[in-house]
Amino acid sequence: MNTTTLNRRDFMKVVSMAGTGFVLGFYLPTKEQELLALEPMEAFAPNAFLSIDATGTVTITVAKSEMGQGVRTALPMIVADELDADWSKVKIDQAPAHPTKYGSQSTGGSASVRRSWDMLRKAGATARDMLVTAAAQQWNAEKSACSTENGMVIHKPSGKKLSYGELAAAAAKLPVPENPPLKDPKDFKIIGKPMNQVDTPSRVDGSAVYGIDVKVPGMVYASIEHSPVFGGKVASFDASKAKKIAGVKDVIQIDEGVAVIATNTWSAFKGREALSIKWDEGPNANQSQANIWKTLEEAAKKPGTEELKVGDAATALNSAAKKVEAVYYAPFVAHATMEPMNCTAHVRGNECEIWAPTQTPQQAQNQAARVLGIPVENVKVNVTMLGGGFGRRLQADYVVEAVKVAKAVGAPVKLVWTREDDMQHDFYRPATYNVMTAGLDNDGWPVAWTHRIAGTKEKGLVTGGSTPPYAIPNVLIDSHIIDVGVPIGAWRSVGPSQNAFMVESFIDELAAAAKKDPFEYRRRLLENKPRLKRVLELAAEKAGWGKPLQAGRGRGIACCESFGSNIAEVAEVSVANDGSLTIHRVVVAVDCGPVVNPKTIEAQIEGAIVYGLSAAIKDEITIEKGRVAQGNFNDYQIMRINEMPKVEVHIVPSTESQGGIGEPGLPPIAPAVCNAIFAATGKRIRKLPIRAEDLKKS
Amino acid sequence: MASISLTINGKRQTVDVDPAMPLLWVIRDIIGYTGTKYGCGAGLCGACTVHIDGEATRSCVTPVEMAANKTVTTIEGLSPDRRHPLQLAWIEEDVPQCGYCQSGQIMSAAALLAEKPKPTDADIDAMMGGHICRCGTYNRIRRAIHRAADTAKAMGSKGGE
Repeated sequence: MNTTTLNRRDFMKVVSMAGTGFVLGFYLPTKEQELLALEPMEAFAPNAFLSIDATGTVTITVAKSEMGQGVRTALPMIVADELDADWSKVKIDQAPAHPTKYGSQSTGGSASVRRSWDMLRKAGATARDMLVTAAAQQWNAEKSACSTENGMVIHKPSGKKLSYGELAAAAAKLPVPENPPLKDPKDFKIIGKPMNQVDTPSRVDGSAVYGIDVKVPGMVYASIEHSPVFGGKVASFDASKAKKIAGVKDVIQIDEGVAVIATNTWSAFKGREALSIKWDEGPNANQSQANIWKTLEEAAKKPGTEELKVGDAATALNSAAKKVEAVYYAPFVAHATMEPMNCTAHVRGNECEIWAPTQTPQQAQNQAARVLGIPVENVKVNVTMLGGGFGRRLQADYVVEAVKVAKAVGAPVKLVWTREDDMQHDFYRPATYNVMTAGLDNDGWPVAWTHRIAGTKEKGLVTGGSTPPYAIPNVLIDSHIIDVGVPIGAWRSVGPSQNAFMVESFIDELAAAAKKDPFEYRRRLLENKPRLKRVLELAAEKAGWGKPLQAGRGRGIACCESFGSNIAEVAEVSVANDGSLTIHRVVVAVDCGPVVNPKTIEAQIEGAIVYGLSAAIKDEITIEKGRVAQGNFNDYQIMRINEMPKVEVHIVPSTESQGGIGEPGLPPIAPAVCNAIFAATGKRIRKLPIRAEDLKKS
Repeated sequence: MASISLTINGKRQTVDVDPAMPLLWVIRDIIGYTGTKYGCGAGLCGACTVHIDGEATRSCVTPVEMAANKTVTTIEGLSPDRRHPLQLAWIEEDVPQCGYCQSGQIMSAAALLAEKPKPTDADIDAMMGGHICRCGTYNRIRRAIHRAADTAKAMGSKGGE
């Protein structure tokens, strides 16, 4: 194998492979710090390998995790377009975890496409250029007389053609061009076109393999009884009854609880029910939701850590013509991916193999190595399909558990969490208590804005996205971050998922206080944010803002920039006398820069709206006696098809910087709906989730 | 433990299990078809939906003894070649995102079409309201069911297995 590493900014590397084809690996330099610093960044972030074999099959290795966001389609589309590949001959391989080969494999922050865009284009273009050179040499022709199309190099003057498969071996022997020509975007054939997901067929016949579907010869099944209280430990346990359950093979204790090993999943679940465990519940045993709110409210009475200070908000507030004050609440919410947490692991001596639905294969690899005390390279992590991620699978807790159990058992073990385990041992979106004040001038325009956030740790998850996009001369945002003993993690769209509710509801309150139209009010304050202003205008126009509505209906608007994308949403709602809410229609305008797959953009925005709506109208995790009070979809309800609004997505053609798409559709939906409720009923919602009792006609 | 016989996807199977074991785990862990998913274990999300004698059933809350000597169809047995009108429509509309709930969604939709070849939106709400999709594919599911109904009608098929 002959490897040439080139000293270039993007570290393109070509590896020629046994003369039958060539592999082009591409390494991405670390890009801008992630908006919300979600991902543990590594020095280099390569995203894929491209190889072409003698049959012309183009294999693209995707090192990001597929959780329904379409990354296994979008990343290869970019490469294939610049390569002028025959899309029907593109094959996708899923990369296992590797400490360095692929850079960061962490999949989050709506970052996969935008972080890879430039590099993947160049990688495809490089391969294409080399194939053209190889063809020109064979034909003794000028490169400029050769073109590419659908996996073929064509010599225009003679009409001769060679397929990429026929050229692969020769191309592998060529030097790598420094600056291969990139396509003019108007010549894109795949990028920007609506493409079906490459994984759709396997998702309609049951053949897609998720983590929970993994089968390994000799595998046993495990289920773990965790401490019901966060941070609790096993004091003692009696497994005698559990061991009598048919199918139960063993019961073992690990740091995280008591694991029942069985010949099938159900026997493991049954064995758990028969366990008798005494818990040392630890310091959180008496924690309650009421106490958490009280703690946050008390904290918010004093100034916190300064997050943003522009001008002098205190002085401006004192001299303002009008003062507006409000308190907003965001609850804990769970991820509730459809596929509960699970992981299969096999520990053999100082080696370990893992099969996991994970957004963070390298963290899984590192943590397994740490737990087992073996070198990282001895841990193989196979990434399966993910039955949803939404940030939950950025945690490797369930992988660590599976590894510990597998080590104790000495056979391959599939650990499966129950829905209740999943609901009660999540890393939740933080609960936050928000005190907001604003001062308006004589014409109703804001001169001061303050926002004090008291939230449950971690900080970035609490304060991210709290900066209002509006031109307000004096702003003060401060925070209190308090550990209340509840695990917190990234939840789809993270900080903006709750802070857009505060910011976009409060600006609506200011417009109402100023007796101005909430769309026009925002618009005038967005002069310095042209991209956001443009989507705001487009959403309003497409929604028919200002046009008469059916009696009883109201429209609400909200906008947000997150993960590099700008989105505005207009919701149309009605509220019945009994307080039941119907969301009829949501109109979306989005500017996410150059588009790779418009079908994915529509699906991701629609999906983010559903995820955000579920949280806005239904979901709340509460803590009682240190335990999560909810357990399944009966008490943590999820929006269903009969509640689904019509959603219209309008994509702004844009050549500006590229933004993400998995998350940005979410932040504006809760405030758009709440603002629509205000328009329809005059009731201002300041606490999520929206409850029918808060909307009932008094 | 008891010996229970049932037909799954056209194949006669005899399993020796606790008769109270939910059909879901018999299908997945004992027989080995993994297209049918575990989502809640309580009949709340629909991911485990299969047909028992043609009827959409939540296999996670159905003891295997209830399926004794009956005919069970899972997503793997819906069609031999992934060409059931619903599967074609699902592909055409590119319905799935993560895809985890889709086996159950398709099995319910198939039972719906078998009973109501031309379902209204209200029929779809009533039947499919038992399913949860966290990715939010609901509008495409609705479109795909209508599309499959149109195709099945054009093909003169009822869309059942």
